Amino acid sequence: MTNAAAGETLLAVEEICLRFGGVQALSEVSFDIKRGEIRAIIGPNGAGKTSMLNVINGFYRPNRGVIRFRGQSFTRMRPGFAARNGIARTFQNVALFRGMTTLDNLMTGRTLKMKRGFFWQLLRYGPAMDEEIEHRRAVEEIIDFLEIEAIRRVPVGRLPYGLQKRVELGRALATEPELLLLDEPMTGMNLEEKEDMCRFILEVNAQFGMTIALIEHDMGVVMDLSNRVVVLDYGRKIADDAPAVVKQDPAVIAAYLGVAG
Amino acid sequence: MDLLYLIFVDPFVQMGQAPDLLVQTLWDGLVSGVLYALIALGFVLIYKASGVFNFAQGIMVVFAALTLVGLYAAGIPALPALALTVVIMLALAVAIERLVLRPLLNRPDIVLFMATFGLTYFLIGFGQLLFGGETKQMITRQLHLPQGAIDLHILDGLVTLQKIDIAAAVIASVMVASLAFVFQYTRIGRALRAVADSHRAALSVGISLNQIWVIVWFAAGVVALATGIMWGARSEVSFALEVVALKALPVLILGGFTSIPGAIVGGLIIGLSEKLFELYWGPLIGGGTEAWFAYVVALIVLLFRPHGLFGEVIIERI
Ligand SMILES: Nc1ncnc2c1ncn2[C@@H]1O[C@H](COP(=O)(O)OP(=O)(O)OP(=O)(O)O)[C@@H](O)[C@H]1O
Ligand SMILES: [Mg+2]
Repeated sequence: MTNAAAGETLLAVEEICLRFGGVQALSEVSFDIKRGEIRAIIGPNGAGKTSMLNVINGFYRPNRGVIRFRGQSFTRMRPGFAARNGIARTFQNVALFRGMTTLDNLMTGRTLKMKRGFFWQLLRYGPAMDEEIEHRRAVEEIIDFLEIEAIRRVPVGRLPYGLQKRVELGRALATEPELLLLDEPMTGMNLEEKEDMCRFILEVNAQFGMTIALIEHDMGVVMDLSNRVVVLDYGRKIADDAPAVVKQDPAVIAAYLGVAG
Repeated sequence: MDLLYLIFVDPFVQMGQAPDLLVQTLWDGLVSGVLYALIALGFVLIYKASGVFNFAQGIMVVFAALTLVGLYAAGIPALPALALTVVIMLALAVAIERLVLRPLLNRPDIVLFMATFGLTYFLIGFGQLLFGGETKQMITRQLHLPQGAIDLHILDGLVTLQKIDIAAAVIASVMVASLAFVFQYTRIGRALRAVADSHRAALSVGISLNQIWVIVWFAAGVVALATGIMWGARSEVSFALEVVALKALPVLILGGFTSIPGAIVGGLIIGLSEKLFELYWGPLIGGGTEAWFAYVVALIVLLFRPHGLFGEVIIERI
């Protein structure tokens, strides 16, 4: 990768533990994410990858451990705080606003950027209208970028899965995040869709310097995209290195073989 | 043969013979229909945004009306009392969000439903404690709502429009239209729809569930107040008003629990059909059909369209 991760630490998790009843979803997991890098999180099914993202954006409250974000320490995140402070995400099994159009889905991504009060909104006049137009422009740019002009007015519930994932990425981008958390953005896609998605991820990273944490099963994709890789297995971190190194790691190979066999 | 005639022909002959009576009935049905629609809309907003089936909506109508009348009786002039009642409905919404919804977040729906039962009995007890249990008169004149009636001499007969009914129809229509507008076209409306579709996605873009819940419960409170004033002005203010709110259930079954247009159309259908049935078919079975007819209509709809006329078919992904 050309875009070598040399930046300072944007976010770090330290000794995170998370339990659901008898299931230890995460045990003492620590790693950091540097500004401007693409950080992959991989591991077999049930390894705790999604749980980790949920801890980072505040959906889950860890039983133990610390989250450091922009130099501040937290024992837990909260979704609202995370969103206000530039953490956006997509979901493994797509969570869109199904009844709304692509355009409206992306516009909800602008929620925190809209300042005009409710009554201006009602009037749809003056400053509120200007503001709406300004946000429309930002959203249209994202629509162009993701090449989804054709489905702007389509209720997203009717779109094929691959496009839904793209709209979901668009909604996350509309919040103009500093840290983008992507949970398996390419599952269920055909080869062409995957290549498009890879291109979008690389471009947002290169053009806007957006930091990305990426959960992905496809090792080829991980090799191509990421600067560094964390490997989880049964809630534990078993490796953390450059993709080429991780790929050779006996513990990683064993973990994946364990699943295959 | 006779029976078939009485059921399928005679009512329409009567309608033709006395068109003024038909128009009068349609008008009466329309007015109760819009009020039903208004109550149902309060349910739908809360159901969509928080997934809570609010059993307390009916009692909120009574509580709001009692508060208004009670404040006036305590010496506060009518319009300030109205404003103060709105503020109290806001306080109620905040309290419900803090004390009921937030602590019960992520609990099964049935728990929240039961909590609204609790809320119902709390409001009954609290209302009686503050304002007493006896029946009261709505302060119609003091609120500058029109009284008296307009007689229309049309269709060789007489149609009487109570002015309060005209006001009720207008105010309810305006409220229904503005709620629908806010829901569809404003940022708040977009946020409401977002929360209705996916809590976690809404949270991830920074929409505050707590704020949205306060907004919908407040909207439902204001809707309850409007309904309470209108219905109270047509009869009187007492806990019996709650029965009216229960009519929202068949309206919701008809329209689908998640549909705003459904609530509106459902309300009108129930309002109109129960009045028509009572007048033209009621005598065949001894009258008094208005009390139950709406539920029968709902039951029939339920048999053929389990999600209501407008409800979305929810396909669970397994
Ligand atoms: N909300 C929850 N309640 C109970 N258990 C949970 C919850 N979320 C996750 N788990 C459990 O925690 C463990 C880790 O799950 P997680 O979804 O984080 O894995 P994952 O690495 O994302 O797997 P996959 O590749 O299948 O998406 C699993 O055993 C899962 O069943
Ligand atoms: Mg997962």
